[in-house]
Order: sequence, then C-alpha cells, then structure tokens
Amino acid sequence: MFHDARFGLARHVTLPGPLRLDGGGELAQVEIAYETYGTLDAAGSNAVLICHALTGDQHVASTHPITGKPGWWARMVGAGQPIDPARHFIICANVLGSCMGSSGPASVDPAMGVPFAMRFPVITIRDMVRAQAMLLDHLGVGICRAVVGGSMGGMQVLQWAATFPERVQAAVVIASAARHSAQNIAFHEVGRQAIMADPNWRGGEYYRMDDPPAAGLAVARMAAHITYLSEAGLTEKFGRRLQARDAKSFGFDADFQVESYLRHQGISFVDRFDANSYLYITRAMDYFDLAEEHGGLLANAFRGTNTRFCIVSFDTDWLYPTSESRSIVHALNAAGAAVSFVELSSPFGHDAFLLDVPELNAVVDGFLKAGEA
Amino acid sequence: MTTLRPDLAIIAEHVTPAARILDVGCGDGELMAWLRDTRHVDARGIELDGTNVSAAVARGLSVVQGDADTDLANYPTDAFDYAILSQTLQTTRAPDKVLGELLRIGRRAFVSFPNFAYWRVRWSLAWGGRMPVTPALPVSWYATENIHQLTIDDFRAFVAERGITVENAWFLTGNRRTSAAGANLRAEHAVFLIRR
Repeated sequence: MFHDARFGLARHVTLPGPLRLDGGGELAQVEIAYETYGTLDAAGSNAVLICHALTGDQHVASTHPITGKPGWWARMVGAGQPIDPARHFIICANVLGSCMGSSGPASVDPAMGVPFAMRFPVITIRDMVRAQAMLLDHLGVGICRAVVGGSMGGMQVLQWAATFPERVQAAVVIASAARHSAQNIAFHEVGRQAIMADPNWRGGEYYRMDDPPAAGLAVARMAAHITYLSEAGLTEKFGRRLQARDAKSFGFDADFQVESYLRHQGISFVDRFDANSYLYITRAMDYFDLAEEHGGLLANAFRGTNTRFCIVSFDTDWLYPTSESRSIVHALNAAGAAVSFVELSSPFGHDAFLLDVPELNAVVDGFLKAGEA
Repeated sequence: MTTLRPDLAIIAEHVTPAARILDVGCGDGELMAWLRDTRHVDARGIELDGTNVSAAVARGLSVVQGDADTDLANYPTDAFDYAILSQTLQTTRAPDKVLGELLRIGRRAFVSFPNFAYWRVRWSLAWGGRMPVTPALPVSWYATENIHQLTIDDFRAFVAERGITVENAWFLTGNRRTSAAGANLRAEHAVFLIRR
C-alpha cells in the first residue's frame, strides 16, 4: 500500500477557508497540526477523535518534541489500551488558537506577514470543533466511532455531539462541564491578568523580541495548576515539608516544597506554551455554555441524538465537579439519549483523568467495545 | 449464560422482546445484560454504588450513577416500556414518590421486595423479640439499607389506594415459587407487575 502523507505523526495541513467564527470574524485559511495512529478501515468506520485540554497538544501518544516526555494520554491511547491503533484510526489535532502548529495568535497572519498576536480573532469551543471537522473532511473521515476528551477536551466532545450529531457515534466526556462556572472564569481571569500585567507582554506584540512574558505566564500556570490538584493530594505530596533545608529562612525564597513544585511547574510551562495562546484558549473556555446556544436548555442540545454518551467525573475534582457532569447526564436523560455516567474515586483532583486510574480505562474500554460489537 | 437470581428470572421471563427498559438499582447490570443478550431490549440503568456502575459500564451497559429518590425526575414521561425496581423499594427515602415516578417514566413497572410479614420474620420479632436476620433480610438492624420495610399486604393496600393496577404478581420462598394463597405469611419475596 502506498504511503498517504495525510496520515502519521507530526502532520501539518493548511486548509482553505474561510472558517467563519462565532465571534463574527473569519480565518481565510486554517492551519492544523495533528497526528494519526492506526489505519482507517475500508469502510471508514473506525475513526476515534481525541480532543485535548487547555495546554494539551496533538502528541497524545507520541513523544513531545519540546519536553521529550511521552504522549500526554499514553495511558488511554496505545497498544493494548482502550483506544488502540490496532483497531482504531486515531486522530488528535492541536486546537485552533493553540501554539503547537495550528492557527493561533503566534501564527503568521498571511495578510500582514507578521504574527497575528492580538489581531487573531477571539475563538470559541465551537470554532475549534468546526476546524476539527474540516480536518476530518480532509482525512476522508465522515463518521467518528467515538470522540473522546477530558477537561476542555470534554467540552469539545459535547460540542461535537451537539453540532455534528450525525458524525459522532459515541462521545466520552471526562472531568468536564457543559459550561464554565463563575469560579472557572474567575481562575482564568487571574491567569490572564498575570500575563497582561507582565511588562514583557507588550499588548501581545512580543514575538519579535527574545523576551516573552514568561513571568506572567508562569504565574498563570501556577494558579491554574493548583486547581488541577486536590487539597488532600497536595497535603499528601508536600504537606508543610521544607525544600532542601532544615529550617524556615524567614525570607521569600521557596521554603516549602509546594512552592518549589509550583515554581517548577510555572517555569517549565513557559518553554512549551505561548502566552497569547493561553489568553485565547482560556477565553474560549469561559465563553463555553452549551445550553446558551440551545435556548438555555441543555437537553435541547441533544434532542433526537443517536450518539451514545459516557460521562465520567472524579470525586476530588473541584474544578469540574461531579455536579457539572450530573447536569449533563440529566440533560441527556431528558433528551432520551443512551448515557452512562460514573463518578470515580481518585485522590488526584481534576488531573486524575491524565493519571493512572485503572477504573477509568475499564469504563472507557467497556463503553467503546459495546459500540463495536 | 449465568443463572439469574429467582426474582430477576421472573422479571426477565415477562419482559417483551425489544422493549425499552429502565432498571432502577441495577447493581452491576446482571439483569440488563441478560435482557440485552437474550431479549434484545434497549436497557438503561441507574445505580447508586460507583463500583457497580463501573462494572456495568465496563460490560457495555448504559448505566448512570444516581439515586432513585432524586434522579428519576429528569426522565421524560413514557420513556420506557418497563421500569424495574428490584429489591430497592424498601431502601428508598420516599417509596411512594419513587413508585409514582416509575409509573410516570414507564408504562409498566416491575417491583420486587422482601416481604416483612413472612412467617420467619414474624417469628423472629414476635417470639425472639429481635429484628429478623433471614436469607432475604441478611443484615443486622444497624447495618441494613432497608429503611422502609413493607409487607405484601402493605403493597396491595398501597396500589389499591392509589388506583394502580396490578397486572401480575409472583411469590418466592427460598428460591422456589409459591402460590398467591396466604402469600403475605408464606412468601419471602414478591414481584409485582403494575401499571397506571
């Protein structure tokens, strides 16, 4: 069989637009960086689309080019895992607005020949999904056997099921919500203000300088990272233990291990992420409210759907708590949809969906296989 | 194919093929899986215990973690041909409301429960002076989930009062079916098929 350059690792495509955006603007063309694993079967029926979270990327099951770390969801995607290239054609695309190769504020504006920066249009979760749909068209994928994602990835999954129900046979929504709560928006605003308060941000025009707003982005990441963990998890991991010292310094160095850990999280994040992308993607999440575009009633988003849904939450996730998943389940029940829902127990907070939770794999595996019988 | 618990077997026998069913308190989905595999029903379930839900979803069933007392309200009226409540009625906080919801969501409902007027139960209470611990009620008073114990006659009186029609009823002692005659004294379990 000849090699099809559309498929494989580290793919990149520029798709002709225009892509009309919810905010009123449009993109003349859309760049998408993506990866595929496995082979699309002759009937084109075995595609599984993975949607990544806020700071995620297309390297779902391959080594990250900057950090050298394994794929962010190798626990879920790979040989012998619930999503397996031996039987699935797996696609993961960097979301619109991000900075790993898809169109975003760091991309060059073809009209101006310089990076968009803040001239990049504000985008929504639905815009991200529409861009992914363009990619699937390009790849010759009509219907997805499943669309799967956690956190912001789960929002895209819900949006997929609402916008293109005929293209989604099964939807797996993990640790997510159908809208951003006031608290979610509030935390994001802290992050954005940290970036914009960094003098190096320069109104977003920092790409020509060798001096990005790293301090602001690091603080944004530190604040957000706390929301991904649980108090019990932090206590267990760090407690009040001191960092490489026997006594408090009576200064503002990172005395505590938890401070040192957060600083490390912040500093390592800026090496792989663009500050403007962080602004745009958090904004897209804040604007997300799936009920709003369906007359204020979430059930209307799923009326008449034939998609099977699997909703999973974690008991220590306070960023997207179980109550958010439950309201999705109630809406799906009201719409008569086939839905499974379970709250899993894990000490890891929101991050649990990325970590070793064997029950999560068992649930997703059983759910997907039931649709493949 | 595993053998179903006797009360579940009665329900399974009487569900029409290809029906839409909601199993409230479905456990790990034993009955749902059986009905799916042999009767080709469209089965949905609700279960309180997360471990049971995970097991049910892992066997490919549509089961949501939820509570019969609070989570039935979201289902549309007449969404199912049968709502099934097996060995769960006596554990709910408001059994009367749960039965009302079952008959709103489902055109018919199967309800099974342990009979608190079974003679061994009466014996234990009347002569032993102790809360009964029997095969059907195996847990001590402080650990039991059964907070609204009822008898077969209580159930009959309840449905008569509410104008609910009993289409059929089956009675079990041990694992054997027993007759309707004297069931309130002689039957350990009852299974009712009711409709609005």
